[in-house]
Amino acid sequence: MDLSFISAYTPMYIEAAGLTIRIALYGIAGAFGVGILCSLIKELNIPVLKQLAQIYIELSRNTPLLIQLFFLYFGLPKLGIVLSSETCAVTGLIFLGGSYMAEGFRAGIDGVPQIQRESAYSLGMTKKQTFWRIVVPQAVATSVPVFCANIIFLIKETSVFSAVALADLMYVTKDLIGLYYKTDEALFMLVVSYLVILLPISLLSSYMERRVRYAGFGNTGIVSGH
Amino acid sequence: MEGAILQTIQLTKSFDGMQPVLKEISFSINKGEVVVIVGPSGCGKSTFLRCLNRLEEIDAGEILLDGENISEAGKNIYEYREKVGMVFQSYELFPHKTVLENVTLAPVLVQKRNKRQAREEAEKLLKRIGLLEKKDMYPRQLSGGQKQRVAIVRALIMNPEILLLDEITAALDPEMVREVLQVVSELAREGMTMIIVTHEMDFAKAVADRVIFLDKGEIVEEGEPKEFFSYPKTERAKKFLNTFHYEALEI
Repeated sequence: MDLSFISAYTPMYIEAAGLTIRIALYGIAGAFGVGILCSLIKELNIPVLKQLAQIYIELSRNTPLLIQLFFLYFGLPKLGIVLSSETCAVTGLIFLGGSYMAEGFRAGIDGVPQIQRESAYSLGMTKKQTFWRIVVPQAVATSVPVFCANIIFLIKETSVFSAVALADLMYVTKDLIGLYYKTDEALFMLVVSYLVILLPISLLSSYMERRVRYAGFGNTGIVSGH
Repeated sequence: MEGAILQTIQLTKSFDGMQPVLKEISFSINKGEVVVIVGPSGCGKSTFLRCLNRLEEIDAGEILLDGENISEAGKNIYEYREKVGMVFQSYELFPHKTVLENVTLAPVLVQKRNKRQAREEAEKLLKRIGLLEKKDMYPRQLSGGQKQRVAIVRALIMNPEILLLDEITAALDPEMVREVLQVVSELAREGMTMIIVTHEMDFAKAVADRVIFLDKGEIVEEGEPKEFFSYPKTERAKKFLNTFHYEALEI
């Protein structure tokens, strides 16, 4: 292993990692937005939009990100829409992640027992008040593990961005291998880069999952009776 | 009927076109009265309470609160529910809110009461049931009996005209049943109007002004508790009273 090569190109990896993180952040934030929007549309049972949301979810979940990116990068220009590599990458990630977030949040909403709503109704609360004050907070708490898994999944998916000529970690690695044949070093740095990004997130998410397990509000260990 | 606070006229309810669960129930309760509804599992008593709180839509008949038909279309269901409190078998406290937040949520949100005033009243009520020191805890940190007492307070703070209690001790360990029934007895003494569905026959005997025996969606027998429990008139009521211990096992 050529350590001087590794140290020489570390700044390049840091820069590429920065780009990967930036795009992942935009993509995840967008996916959150799209996901919550879709699950709200389905929850509120809005005609037409509800069917559209379902079509989007099926389309998004049943096609690979690479193909979605090809469509955005090579397909859309034929229709006169030219997007930059970065825009394509963010859009692709939102398109892919939105459906996963939607399904995760939806499961959380469905997981709140009907009688919890009835208990709020019996106090005179409206459907809207009940949804926002009673259902959503519980749904978010139970969805946290799914959200965390989705975030990690989406960050890993960024490794295909090089296909749309984005100078991300994978792109830099392929470049270095092509230029200098330093395959071992380049791949080693690639793996380390992803681990450096993902391990803290993974640890943080297990910590959060522990906190919200069983929607453990006020879980201080003092549990009496049932 | 004069003096009736809540009344039903030929209330009928069925699920998905099946045999009706409630058949033309005509019922009324006066202010300050405590009515206990007993009957075998599946007889429709819980459904009846749920209809009274309009958690279930009724198929036919009327529900009158203070003489006003509230089952008509267009009636404000939320305003009505404010006046008719309900406590559930499984407590149904909001797990993401503390005891105090559980109790003050609806008064502030629904009745637009002043936050501080609502909190003071909540604390007063919690103190009465001996749970003031638990006010900042979450429901999962409480025992079943404590949870159910909080649920009663949560309904009470809305100043309902009538309280519906749906098998509120059925999910509790025996030693916790007493602490919950104690609260209910006190409410009865203070003149709270209540409809209580229960399998606790001794409690029914002690607290009821009137007992209603419901079977297969019909009021089969109705009377004073002493009379009903000692000398039931109908065969079905006799049979039920003889076997209710087995009934209790089915919960």
